[in-house]
Amino acid sequence: MLSVFILAPFGGSLIAIFFPSDQRGATAWFAGAIALICFLVTAGLYPFVATGGVLRYQLDWIPELGLNFTLRMDGFAWLFSALITAIGFLVVLYARYYMAEEDPVPRFFALFLAFMGSMLGVVLSGNLILLAVFWELTSIVSFLLIGYWHHNAHARDGARIALTMTGMGGLAMFVGLLLIGRVVGSYDLDAVLASGDAIRNDPLYNAILVLVLLGALTKSAQFPFHFWLPHAMAAPTPVSAYLHSATMVKAGVFLLARLWPVMAGTEAWFWIVGLAGLTTLLLGAYFAIFQQDLKGLLAYSTISHLGLITVLLSLGSPLAAVAAVFHIVNHATFKASLFMAAGIIDHETGTRDMRRLSGLFHYMPITATLAMVASAAMAGVPLLNGFLSKEMFFAEAIETHLVNALDTATPYVATIASMFAVTYSLRFIHSVFYGPLPSDLPKKPHEPPRWMRAPVDFLVLACLVVGTIPAQTIGPFLHTAVVSILREETPRYSLAVWHGWNIPLIMSFVALSGGVGLYFLMRSYLRTGVEGPPIFRLLEGQRIFERVLVTLSWKWARSLEQSLGTRHLQPQMRLLVFLALAAGALPLAIGGFRLPPLLLRGIDPAFALLWGIGIACAVGSAFLAKFHRLAALVLLGGAGLVTCLTFVWLSAPDLAVTQLLVEIVTTVLILLGLRWLPKRIEEPETADIPLKVRFRRLRDFLLATMAGGGVALVAYTVMTRPLTPETIASYFLGRAYHQGGGTNVVNVILVDFRGFDTLGEIAVLCIVALTVFALLLRFRPHPDSLETPEQQKVQKAYDDDHPERVEGDSVAEYLHIPSVIMRWMFPVTGMLAAYLFLRGHDLPGGGFAAGIAMSIGFILQYMSGGTRWVEERLRIHPLRWMSIGLLVALATGVGSWLFGYPFLTSRSEYASLPIIGKVPLASAILFDLGVFSLVLGATVLLLIALAHQSVRRASRPHMRAARPEREAAQ
Amino acid sequence: MELILSAGIGALAASGIYLLLRPRTYQVVIGLSLLSYAVNLFIFSMGRLRVNAPPVLEPGGVGDLLRYTDPVPQALVLTAIVIGFAMTALFLVVLLVSRGFTGTDHVDGREPPRGD
Repeated sequence: MLSVFILAPFGGSLIAIFFPSDQRGATAWFAGAIALICFLVTAGLYPFVATGGVLRYQLDWIPELGLNFTLRMDGFAWLFSALITAIGFLVVLYARYYMAEEDPVPRFFALFLAFMGSMLGVVLSGNLILLAVFWELTSIVSFLLIGYWHHNAHARDGARIALTMTGMGGLAMFVGLLLIGRVVGSYDLDAVLASGDAIRNDPLYNAILVLVLLGALTKSAQFPFHFWLPHAMAAPTPVSAYLHSATMVKAGVFLLARLWPVMAGTEAWFWIVGLAGLTTLLLGAYFAIFQQDLKGLLAYSTISHLGLITVLLSLGSPLAAVAAVFHIVNHATFKASLFMAAGIIDHETGTRDMRRLSGLFHYMPITATLAMVASAAMAGVPLLNGFLSKEMFFAEAIETHLVNALDTATPYVATIASMFAVTYSLRFIHSVFYGPLPSDLPKKPHEPPRWMRAPVDFLVLACLVVGTIPAQTIGPFLHTAVVSILREETPRYSLAVWHGWNIPLIMSFVALSGGVGLYFLMRSYLRTGVEGPPIFRLLEGQRIFERVLVTLSWKWARSLEQSLGTRHLQPQMRLLVFLALAAGALPLAIGGFRLPPLLLRGIDPAFALLWGIGIACAVGSAFLAKFHRLAALVLLGGAGLVTCLTFVWLSAPDLAVTQLLVEIVTTVLILLGLRWLPKRIEEPETADIPLKVRFRRLRDFLLATMAGGGVALVAYTVMTRPLTPETIASYFLGRAYHQGGGTNVVNVILVDFRGFDTLGEIAVLCIVALTVFALLLRFRPHPDSLETPEQQKVQKAYDDDHPERVEGDSVAEYLHIPSVIMRWMFPVTGMLAAYLFLRGHDLPGGGFAAGIAMSIGFILQYMSGGTRWVEERLRIHPLRWMSIGLLVALATGVGSWLFGYPFLTSRSEYASLPIIGKVPLASAILFDLGVFSLVLGATVLLLIALAHQSVRRASRPHMRAARPEREAAQ
Repeated sequence: MELILSAGIGALAASGIYLLLRPRTYQVVIGLSLLSYAVNLFIFSMGRLRVNAPPVLEPGGVGDLLRYTDPVPQALVLTAIVIGFAMTALFLVVLLVSRGFTGTDHVDGREPPRGD
């Protein structure tokens, strides 16, 4: 039941978002229906809750962490749920008329319902973590609601401030709740509520208190976090009426009341909560007097009333807690109706500025009467609900709870704040509804539509009824809620209107008469129309907030970035290498390291010579890479060949074949690229290399040497240790033939055992090829590189000097014999590729090697004949090859599903073909075919895309028409 | 054997890393290639060095590590070679395009105030 109850608003929110935006009525009725259903469900649950029952619903979420989706409804949660759903329904009804034609209504109602759901979640959570989750949800949804008119900068600012404040508070609270969970040993609310003494006596109590209070006080806009609330008034009025009367801001005091049994009663609680509440009560009321905006006045009044509730909760006495719960309900009713009334005034006149409004009683007498009753309740006039809870507050204020200055000050502050409340309530009524008829209103005012006023009617009626016969109306509900908080501590209290002549009544009188007097004293000042209270307006919370925000998120972040970050690659690489080195050295430094004995025997002189060459190549390549790129490339190839020979030497023919082929393609590729690099001529090394540069080179050299030495050391250490016979290799060696159907274990691993990895790998290759292709499509060479290469200039000059020669002859004749050979080699290369491919499963070879071999065949044609010559005769579609390859590989994998095996399961047979003989016919060979096709396509695409650059350049009109492509390979 | 190969790996790695820290893109590309040789050989050497060990099983046979080479590092390196090739190609093209866009082959895409 409870879970459906929570899910309904969220589900409704999801549905509401899909309503067409012109269906304003339908969306509103839908949202209203959801709210009404929720309310009726709540009402239906009352009989159970009234008997002291606790409704629970639990769904295991992460039970190991004590995190369960627990919903729990007791009397207090019931009271809140009823408020949330009832006022929710009324606000939906009101919003139906309030929202303008051009507003995207589905978004509004979707957010509204989501907010209602989050708020219900907060009050119904039976688990502290779940509570924090819903708490954050209310922050986020309220951000979206306050910023609903996001074209308005004011709304955006207000939303941002609200989110930052409540969000930060929420995070602090989350930490606090986690600490509570730690102390109690459970996050379950029942368990927490049962262990009040444990929490209060825990050494962590003060930390918990501060953290939880941060959450509650920011949410309830208590001083000094109050300033987000007035800025949130940029929201549409229905949002304000809902968020700032019954829900959002009440979440804070809800939490205080919820945790009251376990946390209240200590001196720290009294001081922090009391001081915050008392300051807020007084300042909020004082500020409210000086607002010019109707909603601004109501916002500060809300702050002040929340302060009142907070003070009541701070006192730690059960009677005060009763008063707090009572005032929560009362405030929700009269404040919601006042917000709605303010919205009606705004809607019908086009302004909320009290300097422009006056004499509206003449145009809208009914609304005016309603607003007057509601603000009288706000001021605490007898026979209205606000009076009752205020009397209870006064009664508690004069009681002595703890002997200290704060407690002594409370009754005086309470009286003064109530006086202010009377003043601002009076101002609200007097300046808006009385006085001369308004002259410069944007619209001609009149009464609102019948149903727009209905929610106000209802709420004001509630104020009146509760104010006159409290015990018969709100009494039982209040009692249920109070009992669920206080349990056996529940005091005797009386909800009667008349308690006889006593001090609270006198205080009320003082406040009422003083407030009226104050209003008439201040009228002349208020008429000057200055926004904001004297002196305090200079100290604006928002400005401080903005400054802190700018300092934190901009200035400090910038200076941190400047001191710690860099936009240069080299320092980052250096740091990376250094960290890698440190990470490698650290375990050795901690765990100790024994140098392996130097094994000098068994060294093959030929192998030593081979690596002598290899090392020379590597170092030479490093030395020459700056000024002699071609030489460096040749040396790089040398190092590659040494690597390849090493593979041959050490029984890894598969690697050797692949390395050799890749080496060829890489070299061709880099050769193609060399053409586009800037010329760099080595200057004679003079003595005036800056010291800084020398230092940098030396440092890099040392770093590189250390890293290289470390790698060598680790490699040597591992190599000289015997291999344990049982590694995963044994698994593959043992099963390669019987399960994979091939004798070449490496290939079987690649296409069968670890086929999925290979699939990922060829996908990477595919992505790289496409990226390169895309990058080169937009390639614009630097002007330096556009000049005709030296060699072609010489060739052209030669053709020009000899009259019998046509321009281009020399180029065509260049390397003529090798070209012919290369052309004839094409079928041979194809044959080689096919051979490598077919033998792959049993002998060194395979799809990779075959694909690269085949692509070498293609690129040789390009080199010998030139791009145009090749493409006139042979259309290669590398993209098709790639896609077919990927699809074949995937299809092979999926194919095993058809036979009921997991993805990429392989099946093998040997087929006897005439002449060729026995051929392994594992389904893995199809997969390998895919690999072949993809590797071929990708490699060819890479090479051709790069080779094409010279053709593209030549096709520009200002260039010569025909230009061979071989230049690119030089 | 082990000593020579590890010295070779060390030299390749040191040259590669030194180039990686240099300011010109071409140096970095060459450095990455050298480093990938070093890494490939390193991974390969984890299966220990075996001279004249058969890498291919007898048909119908079951292999073990005493008689055959370790196929796992080889399979890993085979993959690494191909990916290394793709990486070199990608970096090369990024280098070229960056040079085309920014007019310099410095790794930061702009010349430092005073040359290195």
